[in-house]
Amino acid sequence: MIRFEHVTKRYPQRGNALRNLSFELAAGEMAFLTGHSGAGKSTLLRLIGLIERPSRGQVVVNGRNLGRLPARKIPLHRREVGMIFQDHRLLPDRTVFDNVALPLVAASYGHKELQRRVRAALDQVNLLGKERTLPITLSSGEQQRVGIARAVVARPPLVLADEPTGNLDPELSREIMGLFERLHRVGVTLLIASHDQALISDLPYRTLTLAGGALIKDTGTR
Amino acid sequence: MRTGRRSAHRRARVSPLRLPVIWLAHHLQVALGSLGHLLRNPLATGMTVAVIAVALALPAGLYALIRNLDLLSESWNQTATISLFLTMDTDLEQARALAAELEAHRQLDQVTLISPDQALSELGSYSGFGEAITQLEENPLPVVLTLQPTPDLWTPAALERLAEEAETRPQVDFARLDTQWVRRFQAILNLAQRGVMLLGGALALAVLLVVGNTIRLEIENRRNEIEIMELVGATPAFIRRPFLYTGGWYGLFGGLGAWVLVALALVLIQGPVSRLAALYHTQFPLTGLGPTASLTILGGSLCLGLLGSWLSVGRHLGAAQPH
Repeated sequence: MIRFEHVTKRYPQRGNALRNLSFELAAGEMAFLTGHSGAGKSTLLRLIGLIERPSRGQVVVNGRNLGRLPARKIPLHRREVGMIFQDHRLLPDRTVFDNVALPLVAASYGHKELQRRVRAALDQVNLLGKERTLPITLSSGEQQRVGIARAVVARPPLVLADEPTGNLDPELSREIMGLFERLHRVGVTLLIASHDQALISDLPYRTLTLAGGALIKDTGTR
Repeated sequence: MRTGRRSAHRRARVSPLRLPVIWLAHHLQVALGSLGHLLRNPLATGMTVAVIAVALALPAGLYALIRNLDLLSESWNQTATISLFLTMDTDLEQARALAAELEAHRQLDQVTLISPDQALSELGSYSGFGEAITQLEENPLPVVLTLQPTPDLWTPAALERLAEEAETRPQVDFARLDTQWVRRFQAILNLAQRGVMLLGGALALAVLLVVGNTIRLEIENRRNEIEIMELVGATPAFIRRPFLYTGGWYGLFGGLGAWVLVALALVLIQGPVSRLAALYHTQFPLTGLGPTASLTILGGSLCLGLLGSWLSVGRHLGAAQPH
């Protein structure tokens, strides 16, 4: 599903954010990406989401070499990648339903199918009944669940999460991890960036550890 | 990837026949959505629309003014007459024969003969030299034929051709067509028309800038939304669309505002114009913009709104890349 081949990402001001990184993630696999702040976790996710392109090396996702993907195909690639953020990135003036529906609206889904899928996604994250609620009235954990529902509503084969439990207490963090495991069980490939070692160590999944932009440890598939 | 996972592209099962319907429904939704967005901010929207309306009303109003003056000058031409001053050796009998001949001319409505005695009498009563005139030993005035052209013959060039043609007759000493001032007036109107076109161009540029700047601010305000839409796979066209519709609405409402302003101005000045015309024993109902000019204003303002937003979106959306 994901293949990094000697990938380097260099920023003019900050220098190398990733250095000669190589790894593979199989389809349907769930893995954690860990490391201290500034280790390169977010940069790696940004390369997969095609928010940025590598300076050197190849990033191949779903058989596509992202470095050579034409700009007009970027939206299609992003529709196959669900993204979850630490700060949820919800639109405060839109209801929960409208926030979750965004990927389907962007992909021009028909009204009935859109309704069905949004309700199914909200059901998946136990937020059915909160469709008409504005995100600002929800707790942080609920907002993150809305973010997860939005990431999976179009049923992408790959979901990326950048510090999804960063703002949550341990109990809510475990609840969110439970949601990820449910997605993993239905075949979604998940790559989750987190520096919460306590949370990660409790879970039986592969962990990639970054330091200074380099991959220093890969536990392999457990 | 496990086969049990359903692909993100299940929507490929949507019948191709339904895709245009979905596309149109989306456009309608975006158009109404952007209209709703504008109506939810009535003050800001009203101010932008007012600026556009005033900018467009100025050239539109001047156009209406010039159009009315043009119609007025046409009516002046329609009342133009040609005076044929006959040679001194042409007597009344010959003059009547010439008048009868000219009356048969298809471009003439009426031919009036003014005898030398009649002319001298009129000169005496209007000039105030009545006493002096009676002292003249003989009448120095020739026979004059006043030609009234048909109403369809109103352009200065056509009137001049007719006068030249009449002048070729041996009994005619010279012909006088006093429409030179009308020609000058029309030349001034032509110049004013060019001026209005230039002013219209400059103000159209101003409308582009107003709409472009408003859309730029709109993009700034919705940067977060744009970034999220890009992250969830919206195409650039999809992201551009609401801003283009917003620009289109601004243009359309601005055009409507301009039309209303011009119509109001015409209603307000109709009274004084009618009173002025009455002093000259005539009537002059002001002509409005008419359907063609009205549609041009509305269509033009809509296009200006779309163009302004398109330019702004092209310039500023690229800067709203996801962070």
